[in-house]
Amino acid sequence: MYSFAYYRPASLGEARALLGQIEEASLLAGGQTLIPTLKQRLASPDAVIDLKGIGALAAIERKGEALVIGALARHAAVAASPVVREAIPALAALADGIGDPQVRNRGTLGGSIANNDPAADYPAALLGLGATVTTCERSIPADNFFTGLFATDLEPDEIVTAVSFPIPRRAAYVKFPNPASRFAIVGVFVAETAAGVRVAVTGAAPCVFRLPPAEAALARAFAPESLDGLSIAADGLNSDIHAVAAYRAHLVAVMARRAVRQALA
Amino acid sequence: MTHDGIGAPLRRKEDRRFLTGRGRYVHDIVRAHQLYAVFLRSPHAHAEILAVDAKAALASPGVAAVYTAADIAGKINGVPCAWGIVGRDGKPMKEPPHPPLAAGKVRHVGDPVAMVVADSLAAARNAAELVQVSYKVLPAVTAVAEAVKPGAPQLYDDVPGNLCCDWAVGDKAATDVAFAKAHHVAKLDLVNNRLVPNAMESRAALAEYEPSTGEYTLFTSTQLPHVARVLLGVLMLGIPERKFRVVAPDVGGGFGSKQVVYAEEALVTWAAGRLERPVKWVAERSEAFLSDAQGRDHVTHAELALDRDGKFLGLRVSTLANIGGYVSTFGPNIPTNLYGPLLAGAYTTPAIHCEVKVVFSNTVPTDAYRGAGRPEATFVLERLVDVAAHELGLDRVEIRRRNLIPKDAYPYQTPVMLQYDTGDHAATLAKALELSAWSSFAERRAASAARGKLRGIGLVTYIEACGLAPSRIAQQLGARGGIFESANIRVNPSGDISVITGAHSHGQGHETVFAQLVSELLGVPCANVEVIHGDTARSPFGLGTYGSRSAAVGGAAIAKAAGKIIDKGKKIASALLEASEQDIEFKNGAFTVAGTDRSKSFAEIAGAAYTPPPSYPLETLEPGLEETAFYDPVNFTYPGGCHVAEVEVDPETGVTVLVAYTAVDDIGTVLNPLLVEGQVHGGVVQGVGQALCEDCVYDPASGQLLSGSFMDYCMPRADDLPLIVSETACTPSAHNPIGVKGCGETGTIASPATVMNAVVDALAQYGVTHVDMPASPQRVWQAIQAARLRPVAE
Ligand SMILES: Cc1cc2nc3c(=O)[nH]c(=O)nc-3n(C[C@H](O)[C@H](O)[C@H](O)COP(=O)(O)OP(=O)(O)OC[C@H]3O[C@@H](n4cnc5c(N)ncnc54)[C@H](O)[C@@H]3O)c2cc1C
Repeated sequence: MYSFAYYRPASLGEARALLGQIEEASLLAGGQTLIPTLKQRLASPDAVIDLKGIGALAAIERKGEALVIGALARHAAVAASPVVREAIPALAALADGIGDPQVRNRGTLGGSIANNDPAADYPAALLGLGATVTTCERSIPADNFFTGLFATDLEPDEIVTAVSFPIPRRAAYVKFPNPASRFAIVGVFVAETAAGVRVAVTGAAPCVFRLPPAEAALARAFAPESLDGLSIAADGLNSDIHAVAAYRAHLVAVMARRAVRQALA
Repeated sequence: MTHDGIGAPLRRKEDRRFLTGRGRYVHDIVRAHQLYAVFLRSPHAHAEILAVDAKAALASPGVAAVYTAADIAGKINGVPCAWGIVGRDGKPMKEPPHPPLAAGKVRHVGDPVAMVVADSLAAARNAAELVQVSYKVLPAVTAVAEAVKPGAPQLYDDVPGNLCCDWAVGDKAATDVAFAKAHHVAKLDLVNNRLVPNAMESRAALAEYEPSTGEYTLFTSTQLPHVARVLLGVLMLGIPERKFRVVAPDVGGGFGSKQVVYAEEALVTWAAGRLERPVKWVAERSEAFLSDAQGRDHVTHAELALDRDGKFLGLRVSTLANIGGYVSTFGPNIPTNLYGPLLAGAYTTPAIHCEVKVVFSNTVPTDAYRGAGRPEATFVLERLVDVAAHELGLDRVEIRRRNLIPKDAYPYQTPVMLQYDTGDHAATLAKALELSAWSSFAERRAASAARGKLRGIGLVTYIEACGLAPSRIAQQLGARGGIFESANIRVNPSGDISVITGAHSHGQGHETVFAQLVSELLGVPCANVEVIHGDTARSPFGLGTYGSRSAAVGGAAIAKAAGKIIDKGKKIASALLEASEQDIEFKNGAFTVAGTDRSKSFAEIAGAAYTPPPSYPLETLEPGLEETAFYDPVNFTYPGGCHVAEVEVDPETGVTVLVAYTAVDDIGTVLNPLLVEGQVHGGVVQGVGQALCEDCVYDPASGQLLSGSFMDYCMPRADDLPLIVSETACTPSAHNPIGVKGCGETGTIASPATVMNAVVDALAQYGVTHVDMPASPQRVWQAIQAARLRPVAE
């Protein structure tokens, strides 16, 4: 780790002011990605601005037909929240399947989506539910938020404050974990929402994506059989020592069927 | 007094220390004014070093020194090998120099190029980034099958074909004759994948130097402090033993990777001497992936000749073994002497021939890794037996029964050097089948099928050779030193006991088990016995711990020393009790005149030894009660047994889950059943890791390690495992006085083959006859895809 200045603002305003003053600052949430990056000397910010002092950003509440989760809500808090479990049990289960207990007790929703790791779980939920990301500046629909490999629509100094998830009729997330890291090799989030059926896939490609043919088939009939014969092209999918593209393509179809079955269970 | 001697299921004396964070590892030792070392490692698998410029690094704040190959040339000798093997042509292996810091060339990613020493770790790291190394990158080769091909990149100018040694064992002509008359020949090509040892405590070394006396002390995370003292001190640094103390404090696992002597240990010691300040180095996990000696890495073709009845007539094995970029401490010995002779297994195969090409490549050197050669041999043999059974339409249990060495054939001379002492394979087989409910497997398979899962069962009947080693045999096979063990029993004036062993504990529980042994032999409570190990200043020369040798060799040395204590105690008792020495019996902790009630307790005798009463014959008998023994075993020990595994495969995803595991091991005398169970569990899990998830993968083009962290290198976790059923059987070993055989490696030796036999059984309906390790989801899915056979109906 190189040396850097450390700030722990107590309010969003203070955090924004710091961002304005410092040339190269990194926001720190749970630190599960940022700290290893610093330790490996892959990043050398002048300052680290720790958001954890801004307590208001960790709230979890139901607002009408939406579930609003603060950017600093930890995975363990989301998994254990009665509000989440009642409104969107699939989201609580997803949070409960991230990493291990240590990671879940530090890592946050905002950090996960701002980082947009291609194998992260939350992006599938945001895209699969048609959620909206709120920042200190504006609102960004999930469809526009995730723009590529570790890339989002966020401006350099933009702070995610919350995510608003529409409450679906039913939903499920099924993940095929990397045997070593237990990040998603493939994760499929399926939801039947007021706005229609949405299917989002994480892990398989450089960035989370929707699966229109599956959505159309499920819109006709929300049943696993609707996805029989669903074939995913391997082109453009990720390949690594754990899963070549063809295997990932196969797993997308299998996980999609399993997610539908689970949503119906 | 409750019995806490041999066979008592005592919890470890060490537990409180380890479980409450009070262990003392090298990392915990802090010296005033200590400096911190960081190693700059090669980012390339194979490259010429054109220039190293350390000027900027030296000028960096807090830096005490920067050392490169040029700075140590002529001052530190190369890293030595402790076991030189001899090829089939009678010529010694090729043993190119292994410079402590790469000189001229780097030969694997992670090869150390420079050492930076600074006031703080951060200062050392900052400076390491400023060392300028210019490389000319060369083509690299990491796969052993590629390294032997004509035209492959050559690691050494004087090692043509990258061939370190062309080794063989067994009678080729007799084996050819056996194959000529075979009814059937089963053939198998397989890969034994490379593994990263991943001890929980990474390697670490802290050295200090006292200029006024010229004494060095090295605290290092090693399995063999005395051997390290000779190799590092005498051979590499020119420091005589009397001026060099090596301490292995608590060591958090080794699994063979810490029976290797490493350049970093020598460099840290040397730097402490030059700078006259303590120097400390602790490996990071990513550094461990790139520099701890790795394990396995074989490519093998094997053939088994059988007669009409399924009796084994002959076995032919041809293996390419990858030893990486340099000859490691025991590297070349592992895939040869510890592999070929194990291919007889538990069977009566009369003719065996095994040839091994030991090959260099641009990878981290390989060396002993739990089981060391024996899991590889067991994997070849036990997979091949299953293939033969399948091809002959024979039941897998039946084919083994027909070939197992019968109980009354022991001692049994195999055609490949080893002479087994004792065993009863029919009994361990029967017990394992019973415990695993083998006969009702079909019901469980049907239940799995109803859930859309494929269930498979597999077994292995194995034997292994451990208790390293009879010095005579080891030296004939290339060991460059004797391999005995030492023990010193010091009976203190009050009658309590210190036992100082040359063996070393890095998690095994010697402090408990050896105390139990002494408690049994001398009739004192276990609580009154303290076991000391891991310090060359305190223990007599010993060889350390590896190859499941501590009980069989170290324990035997303790038994021998205890015998001497009893002999002297009898002399003392004979004087005190005014009886002839021949009439004194030692039983239940007391010296008694046979046939009388005249008796002296052990404590009374100890007291008399240090406070001699008038009757003590000081003219003929020395005072004191302390004895040292060195024990050189007459032969190896041969644990054996039968393991059974059950797996369930999801055919849609390829995910394979181990659902049941049974281990029945004949390990001879059981010293502590609780610790044995722990060793078996750990051993089995380590093998299961290889079978189902662990895989060290290098990029074939660049030679980069692709599985260089736990994000990609998959360790087995508790939730991957079923309850492991472990039972022991006992035919006492005839090769040592306490009858123990060893239990440290049996699990790792048997379990990879056991699990893979179950995986192949699960996939048999697709026509799959072999799957290489690890049976990762992708590999199993691909095997099913490749078989392209519709499943035969259940
Ligand atoms: C061992 C391990 C296993 C893991 N397994 C999984 C897994 O299975 N699935 C999974 O999805 N994830 C997994 N993770 C990642 C984990 O979920 C973290 O949530 C994730 O790393 C980022 O969240 P964080 O709060 O730790 O963010 P940090 O590390 O603090 O920050 C990450 C990045 O986001 C930025 N950032 C943080 N908060 C905000 C904000 N409010 N606004 C704008 N930018 C922000 C930071 O500047 C930084 O660039 C794992 C991590 C580890 C270490």
